[in-house]
Amino acid sequence: MNRIDTVFNKLKAEGETALIPFITVGDPTPDLTLDIIREVEAAGADIVELGVPYSDPLADGPVIQRASQRALLGKVTIRTCMQTALQARKAGSELPFILFTYYNPVLQMGLDTFFQEVVVHDISGLIIPDLPIEESEDIRSRAKAAGVHLIPLVAPTSHERISSIVGNASGFIYCVSSLGVTGERSDFYSGVEPFIETVKQFTDIPVAIGFGISNREHVARFSKVCDGVVVGSAIVRQIESAIPLLEQDETKEQGLLQIREFVSQLKGSKVYER
Amino acid sequence: MIQVPDINGRYGAFGGRFVPETLMNALIELEQEYTKYCDTPEFKEEIAYLLKQYAGRETPLYYAERLSKHLGKAKIYLKREDLNHTGAHKINNAIAQGVLAKRMGKNKVIAETGAGQHGVATATVAALLGLECKVFMGEEDTKRQQLNVFRMKMLGAEVIPVTSGSRTLKDAGNEALRYWVSHVEDTFYVLGSAVGPHPYPMMVRNFQRIIGDETRRQILESEGRLPHRVFAPIGGGSNAIGMFYPFLEDQEVELIGVEAAGKGVETEHHAATMSKGTKGVFQGSMSYLLQDEAGQVKEAHSISAGLDYPGVGPEHSYLKDIERVQYVPITDQEALDALQLLCRTEGIIPALESAHAVAQVVKKASEWSEDEIIVICLSGRGDKDVESIMAYTGGKTL
Repeated sequence: MNRIDTVFNKLKAEGETALIPFITVGDPTPDLTLDIIREVEAAGADIVELGVPYSDPLADGPVIQRASQRALLGKVTIRTCMQTALQARKAGSELPFILFTYYNPVLQMGLDTFFQEVVVHDISGLIIPDLPIEESEDIRSRAKAAGVHLIPLVAPTSHERISSIVGNASGFIYCVSSLGVTGERSDFYSGVEPFIETVKQFTDIPVAIGFGISNREHVARFSKVCDGVVVGSAIVRQIESAIPLLEQDETKEQGLLQIREFVSQLKGSKVYER
Repeated sequence: MIQVPDINGRYGAFGGRFVPETLMNALIELEQEYTKYCDTPEFKEEIAYLLKQYAGRETPLYYAERLSKHLGKAKIYLKREDLNHTGAHKINNAIAQGVLAKRMGKNKVIAETGAGQHGVATATVAALLGLECKVFMGEEDTKRQQLNVFRMKMLGAEVIPVTSGSRTLKDAGNEALRYWVSHVEDTFYVLGSAVGPHPYPMMVRNFQRIIGDETRRQILESEGRLPHRVFAPIGGGSNAIGMFYPFLEDQEVELIGVEAAGKGVETEHHAATMSKGTKGVFQGSMSYLLQDEAGQVKEAHSISAGLDYPGVGPEHSYLKDIERVQYVPITDQEALDALQLLCRTEGIIPALESAHAVAQVVKKASEWSEDEIIVICLSGRGDKDVESIMAYTGGKTL
């Protein structure tokens, strides 16, 4: 069974909501990404989105744009991201990994190679934010054949497109909380809860929400209506502010602890104590 | 020839809509509204009226006799898009999209701009039609083109400097798309070139085809026949597709797109997407693209800000693959030399973009005989470039 399904089945039985952090791979280095994955798992993350840094991230706000640029300075590629996932697995991680990537890096790897590598590196899901259903037929059938979930995005502007987007989806549905790019915000789309309810009417698979979810209050609010909550920019910002600590051997643990505490707070669990 | 694009906005393997889901309904709505209005007499008449009475069309097809004699025997004609209001072909598209925005009930428009020509054209049309206008411009370009920034502000537009990525045209395009995602419900995106997600490449082509339609009629009037060869500069490719499109079925007419080779296609500093690019997805469509092996988009270089772009319109990629249009590179230096030649032989200062097309003609003219007829799309005038040419030459005339 796909690890994503296993996680949602377990959480459903427990009446819990999945916390899904997003981190940009290679920000600040691939080795530190491995450390960060270990920390977010220890803090209670249920699934992790691994962001592939890209030169032209259309769907991303300034925080993730900056993270991408930092990672690209280290020449991080889509291959690096897959290798990081596999290294994390070998180091004992049980998390399902979702590769969050723009379409062009996938295309340049070649679809045959890409799906072989996805399977080899134990990636459970894919999010491709610039690949709407009209363009994704080939990828969807290849993902299905590979046993990998292609997670579709649904926006408040999707309206009558919702049924065709979620119709034959697998894994979970990713609802976009607001009009706009990724990033922390104080306001969500007015009517976001009814929007989520509408999406749920069209599907039996889990529904998660993301874009702008940045603190415990947001997580608690959406846990009432969703099966999963994605937190991206807020965590990436924590990592950004911890970089000076992470880059020095003497302070690295302190930097990692900050990230772990932030994720613990989001999860609503007790602050981790050493 | 097959009619392109198909219903999914595909030109063979190219085109399509590679955008966040949030924009999909806006693009579908735009296509529906465009299709609804484009053939109605009121819409066509309003645009035709503004193009004639406001922008100054039709533009002349001018026989450049001194240039022709200087270069050899062929007769060289210049399609004078430089004589349009605001100084380039960009106004054709800005007027039409502005009129469409208004009919769709959207009173806010946004645009991306590199050198500022499309930004100025959009700010102009926004003033004319009473629309609120924001122009996204790379911070680097706002420094290089201060006059155009001030021009846009005079026209009432807000200019937003873009500080992401390389801070040039491609980043201005990214930022305009990001802003549009956030304000899609009340904002119309006036895209300036034949690039981006469907229906933009098709719409921009149809709004620019007036260049080729006029040229075809004018050359038949003056020469009684079609030209042997038609040249146009190509960055994103809006003037080129507008010029070429009405000639596509005329197999005897050779069509040549001239792209920017910057410091040379053998260097890392060029914008020769057709000569050096590979197939990829960029800013909403599949096309040729300057990128590395990992699929990261490379920065382009050209002395001409309008050609300084790592992508190209999807229809051009299609026309290259079916070998209907030939695409050739011209360096910064060749373009500057041609610009100087046109100044001295004809008293016309062309835009650096247009000078690339002139340069290709200069390169090839000795091979042509006296009964040959050549057309160059002189897409814009060079006033905007005088400062950067001065900076390039250190104040010396060329």
